[in-house]
Amino acid sequence: MSSIPQLPLADWIDSFVNWLVQFTGFFNAITNFIGGINNAFQWVFDLIPIWLFIALILALTFYVNRKDQRWSLLIFEFLGLLLIWNLDFWRDMTQTLTLVLTSSLIALVIGIPLGILMAKSHIAEVILKPVLDFMQTMPAFVYLIPAVALFGIGMVPGIVASVIFAMPPTVRMTNMGIREVPDELIEAADSYGSTEWQKLFKVELPIAKTSLMAGVNQSMMLSLSMVVIASMIGAMGLGTKVYFAVGRNDAGGGFAAGLAIVILAIILDRLTQSLTRDHKK
Amino acid sequence: MSKKVEVKNLTKIFGKHVGRAKELIKQGKSKSEILKETGATVGVDQANFEIDDGEIFVIMGLSGSGKSTLVRMINRLIEPTDGEVLIDGENLMEMDKKTLREVRRKKMSMVFQNFGLLPNRTIMENAEYGLEIQGVDKEERRKKAQKALEQVGITGYNDEYPDQLSGGMQQRVGLARALANDPQILLMDEAFSALDPLNRTDMQDQLLDIQEGLKKTIIFISHDLNEALKLGDHIMIMRDGEVIQTGTPEDILTHPANDYVEEFIENVDRSKVLTAGNVMIRPVTINIDKAGPRLTLKRMKNNEVSTAYVVDNKRKLIGIVDANDVIDLVRHDSSDLRSVVKTDVPTTNEETPISDLMDDISQTGIPFAVTNDKGQLRGIIVRGAVLGALAGNEVSEFE
Repeated sequence: MSSIPQLPLADWIDSFVNWLVQFTGFFNAITNFIGGINNAFQWVFDLIPIWLFIALILALTFYVNRKDQRWSLLIFEFLGLLLIWNLDFWRDMTQTLTLVLTSSLIALVIGIPLGILMAKSHIAEVILKPVLDFMQTMPAFVYLIPAVALFGIGMVPGIVASVIFAMPPTVRMTNMGIREVPDELIEAADSYGSTEWQKLFKVELPIAKTSLMAGVNQSMMLSLSMVVIASMIGAMGLGTKVYFAVGRNDAGGGFAAGLAIVILAIILDRLTQSLTRDHKK
Repeated sequence: MSKKVEVKNLTKIFGKHVGRAKELIKQGKSKSEILKETGATVGVDQANFEIDDGEIFVIMGLSGSGKSTLVRMINRLIEPTDGEVLIDGENLMEMDKKTLREVRRKKMSMVFQNFGLLPNRTIMENAEYGLEIQGVDKEERRKKAQKALEQVGITGYNDEYPDQLSGGMQQRVGLARALANDPQILLMDEAFSALDPLNRTDMQDQLLDIQEGLKKTIIFISHDLNEALKLGDHIMIMRDGEVIQTGTPEDILTHPANDYVEEFIENVDRSKVLTAGNVMIRPVTINIDKAGPRLTLKRMKNNEVSTAYVVDNKRKLIGIVDANDVIDLVRHDSSDLRSVVKTDVPTTNEETPISDLMDDISQTGIPFAVTNDKGQLRGIIVRGAVLGALAGNEVSEFE
């Protein structure tokens, strides 16, 4: 092997990132845009009194499960949120929630159309598949480095890194859901003279909904798993508490903040799953 | 009569080297030779036929004969490799996407083997799908869809979902969806093949009823010769992508084009075409383990019959009851339904040819009960249904 000189792969990537940095205006615009969404969520969450926030989450849970009520979940949510309040993690929790919601929203807005494109075009599928594999298997830490270079520090690079890491399931599950729509239903849609858009919105997406929502749920969970990592570049929230606890060798503080993340994760997971379930019966 | 659909040299080749295969097919090479030489599969080999306005045209063949491919080329769900499809003299192959879409919306509707209903939409929303995508406003399309649903006998299920209905009812909804568009041409791809025999017979009768009033041009795909003979004004027999014979049912029975067709018909002849299973109808049944005289009477009233068939929990036939006897029971306040059950009911099984039953049916007043080998009641044969089935079917002359 020694006869072959080492490939300057790292140098290439460095110069690519450096080349990207010159488009400051473009990246600033993205930063402002993402920051805007983030701040809007945060503004609303800060505005709502804690007791009302808890009541709203319980009401939402009650509403999405209205056909098949799950009381144990309501009790869990109530106690879990009270615990977060009691531990004085409320503001951190809303910051984490903001990060998760913003990155999930962006992952959804980009991921679903990509998934549709992938289902409709063979070429898109061939190109996107390895890209998605890359995005998902590359250690998430690695994204932080260029993210900082391009978007500075704070919430926004954290969100960008989360989006990259969390988007693949939405794309994949959208693609799979649409491809698995039975041929006969596609034929039915075509034979009655549907346009491509009508077929997409009246047949393919509604039938792919379960699979699509499963993808959204996974994306949300993945972006939640990014919060500690994102805290390393200044994304505030529960992740920061965990990260600081690691630095101070504070097992108690680490677990307490970790528990708050778990509670938030369970609430988000059950809520999105309830949206997926079939309500027609 | 005017020609509604004309098909000329319609060919479909699947796989690679389609161009080369197309040349070979024109030279008259066989399907297997072409497969060997080019690796391409011939789905449909230069089909030629014409369909009259207002007739039922049955395309018959076993699986793999290319009949489903052929019907999908008529509305271009499958793009033909070569050939023409003319509808009212207009060539479908020359149409751009938009014109084709208009034709699909206004002129042709399709009914599918596995119904093709959208599981996320209610029965009403399914029935109005064709109108909805045309942009017909809600009130009008509801009205039209409702009429179509009534036409096929589905009422009171508007807000149910397809998976809450039986197969037979789902296919009625499929038919209603097609009729709601008021198309001139109906494409029915093995529309009744997924249904059980009883439902299939019902649906065939219903289709003939509807056709009586509407006079659509119906292209019906089937693998069942009995069905083809019952429904078809013309029948086209296909094998391995080739058209073997086209003609009226009578033509095909009397002058089979070759051994293949003859073999088909022999099978039909042996079974004498119609069996008890083909013509039986659903009886009004009373479960004696559950029902008493009052319920029995109510059910008979609701169904407007004077005799009902009595079965047990396992649907095993016990006998029949007469309305007058049940009324007596109710008057005397007795609950012993068993005391009035008459057990001397003539029975037969599903496979029995109708010709064997003809004499008995005309002599006894009581309809025959059709049972399976476990003694379970499958249906009954009433005189009217037998005569109707025979009269609507040219085959009766050949028995």
